[in-house]
Amino acid sequence: MSRYKSPLLWPVLALLVLLVFNLVATPGFFHLEMRDGRLFGSLIDILNRGTPVLLLSLGMTLVIATGGIDLSVGAVMAIVGAVAACLIARPSGCVLNGIDAHGAVGTIVAISMMAALLCGLFNGFLVSVVGLQPFVATLLLMVAGRGLAQLLTDGQIVIFNHAGFQSLSTGATAGLVNPVWIAVVACVVSSMATHGTSLGQFIRAVGANPKAAFLSGINVQAVKAAAYVACALCAGVAGLIVTADIKGADANNAGLYLELDAILAVCIGGTSLAGGKFSFAGSVIGALVMQTLTTTILTRGVPAEATLVLKAVIVVAVCLLQARQSQAKVVVVKEATT
Amino acid sequence: MSWLLELRGITKSFPGVRALDNVDFQLRPGEVHALMGENGAGKSTLIKVMTGLFALDSGSMTLGGSPFQPKSPHHAAELGISTVYQEVNLVPNLSVAENVCLGRESRSWYGIRWRDMQARCRSALARLGLDIDPRMPLGSFSIAVQQMVAIARAVDVSAKVLVLDEPTSSLDRKETMHLFETVRKLRDDGIGIVFVTHFLDQVFEVADRTTVLRNGRLVGTFQTQGLTKLELVSHMIGRSAEGLVGDSSRERALSTGSPVLEAHGLGRKGSVQDISIDVRPGETLGLAGLLGSGRTETLRLLFGADKRTQGRLTTGGKEARAWSPRKAMAARLAFCPEDRKAEGVFPGLSVEENLTLVVQAKRGLWRKLGKRARQEIVDHFVEALQIKVPDIGRPVQTLSGGNQQKVILARWLATEPQVLLLDEPTRGIDVGAKFEVANIIDQMSSQGVAVVFVSSELDETVRSCARVYVLRDQRLVGELLAEDVNEQKIMAMIAGGSS
Repeated sequence: MSRYKSPLLWPVLALLVLLVFNLVATPGFFHLEMRDGRLFGSLIDILNRGTPVLLLSLGMTLVIATGGIDLSVGAVMAIVGAVAACLIARPSGCVLNGIDAHGAVGTIVAISMMAALLCGLFNGFLVSVVGLQPFVATLLLMVAGRGLAQLLTDGQIVIFNHAGFQSLSTGATAGLVNPVWIAVVACVVSSMATHGTSLGQFIRAVGANPKAAFLSGINVQAVKAAAYVACALCAGVAGLIVTADIKGADANNAGLYLELDAILAVCIGGTSLAGGKFSFAGSVIGALVMQTLTTTILTRGVPAEATLVLKAVIVVAVCLLQARQSQAKVVVVKEATT
Repeated sequence: MSWLLELRGITKSFPGVRALDNVDFQLRPGEVHALMGENGAGKSTLIKVMTGLFALDSGSMTLGGSPFQPKSPHHAAELGISTVYQEVNLVPNLSVAENVCLGRESRSWYGIRWRDMQARCRSALARLGLDIDPRMPLGSFSIAVQQMVAIARAVDVSAKVLVLDEPTSSLDRKETMHLFETVRKLRDDGIGIVFVTHFLDQVFEVADRTTVLRNGRLVGTFQTQGLTKLELVSHMIGRSAEGLVGDSSRERALSTGSPVLEAHGLGRKGSVQDISIDVRPGETLGLAGLLGSGRTETLRLLFGADKRTQGRLTTGGKEARAWSPRKAMAARLAFCPEDRKAEGVFPGLSVEENLTLVVQAKRGLWRKLGKRARQEIVDHFVEALQIKVPDIGRPVQTLSGGNQQKVILARWLATEPQVLLLDEPTRGIDVGAKFEVANIIDQMSSQGVAVVFVSSELDETVRSCARVYVLRDQRLVGELLAEDVNEQKIMAMIAGGSS
């Protein structure tokens, strides 16, 4: 018998290795200081920069746990960003000019998130009612979504100045930058929604065996759709943060390839792509590993082109180590049953 | 007597199963030879061995006296064994001629000789008494005609042996008759025909000899003329017709309560038809019939797992209109499906979650069971059903089959059902566990629960049930009560009364 090992073992270890490496090799990596009433430092920077992928990976975790995948989150970020930017800047000829948010942050966020909700419902409808393969269903919005965002912005990069909205990304509360707070709230809400209700159990049941879930009286279609809606909402929040950060909506580049980072973060976190189990903690750590890696490489002065290759190598290493761990588990189980 | 095709000592294993165990099979030229057995008896495996899809573990085959070792279905066809499968394996948007000659087109130096191909196709079809335009797309014809074309294609390869795998399952009566004429014509031409079907009547109609397989073993080869239906059925399910005596040792109380579940003319397109049954509280009702007779389909319709297309359903006197597992659960029905692995367990989820999930699903999203409530349910049923589980936090697939089955039973018993629909609850579990499951069923019915019990093991049906409905070919053919419930009578009814 081998001892029980937490599925978080390898992702946590990967994160620790990265941090220890920086402790030794990057001077001032752990240095934190208060400036203008907020904390500054590389660690805070990692949390701050990592928030969009972290948010995406929370939603992606649920979708993957149902046995699906959502490729459209990057495009949803672009759509939500375009909606928010248009509501603020009101460029001439924009179809959204009929809606006047009066520059109120709450209204802008609410309307933008409605767009995210619609995207989620669209994906959920295609997967659970129409019955398309999740890969194909969300590929539709991945491709068409950017087109939609470009239609809204008329192919331009819509820029704006709106202190209230920008504070979503650049503001600070109680000494911490706002994106970190948003990430914390998102984690708490996700955890409460899945553990405080039986949603988490239903999602795992649907992912593990949809036929059995149907025969057990679980509304399989609704559970799947809920996962896609949650995923799109997470993407929506990420889109708002990115838009506030660059003070503009770039329909072509906002959230580009972030769906892949999110899927990688979920994989690193130990959530099986086959569905049936999930770990938010794992995905959060996965997202942090990704961002720590990026920040480390950048602060070490490695050329940006090499970053992606290095990322890929580390991701493969973590996933392989995990796979070996789960294979070992299977062997133990087989021994126990025979 | 020289055999056209002879198989000796054929053995074929798959991981965990011995699909064929030392099976012999001989085919004469110019005979129709039926291959019979229940699902899983080894018919398909034997055919796939003959046609080169599977390699042999051991045994030998000769075709026309010389050793026969097909490497692929294509190779087998070249050597003279062609197969027509249940689903027509042709290309609907190509023409009839192209389909018949696909892969062996008449060629010349400048391309395909269409006229020659059409003529060839016409003569192949004429041999089967079929007169259609070979230039038409195949898809424009009925399934029956497509089936004929498939046979024409098989025969066009100058086949010595023709294997027909369930050729009549999608044909109506008239089309079947036409097919049989064709089969007889080919037989008279000296072709040996292997005929697989699950329709008993058709065996007696067309087959000269019949080989019966059971659990991968050869039961025997019989002259169809000297065989009765009852004998055939008893060979297939493995109990002798004469030696059967009804087990009257157990008191079987017929329930007199008013029905908790009634079906009137229940049916589904392409599946069971016209099922009218009633289920009363405190009784164990059996559904008997061969595999594929519609037992599972009936249970699924009762539970709403499949949508019915005809008929009415009432629970507790109220008509159930839109029906689904959720609605059925609200009416206190419970359903353990036949295929435990595909439709029962949630692999990767713990024993505890597997056991409490249905109760949770019934309570809904918001009223989550607390840790203690879950623990109580699990403790109760682990004790009551004697589930052997070292740690309820373990993934359910680490348990033995019998214990997994008990977890699934417990999952439903925890909802305190009024009607318990059990599809093969004893399949694939060891004898001790079978006995325990039977005891649980007895207990449930004595507590007033109505149990509907489906099992391939007739003795289990007889032991547990006070009343049995018998199904044949997707239809209800009779009902047996109290002392009439014995294996002999059930088998006679399955066979169709003639014995």
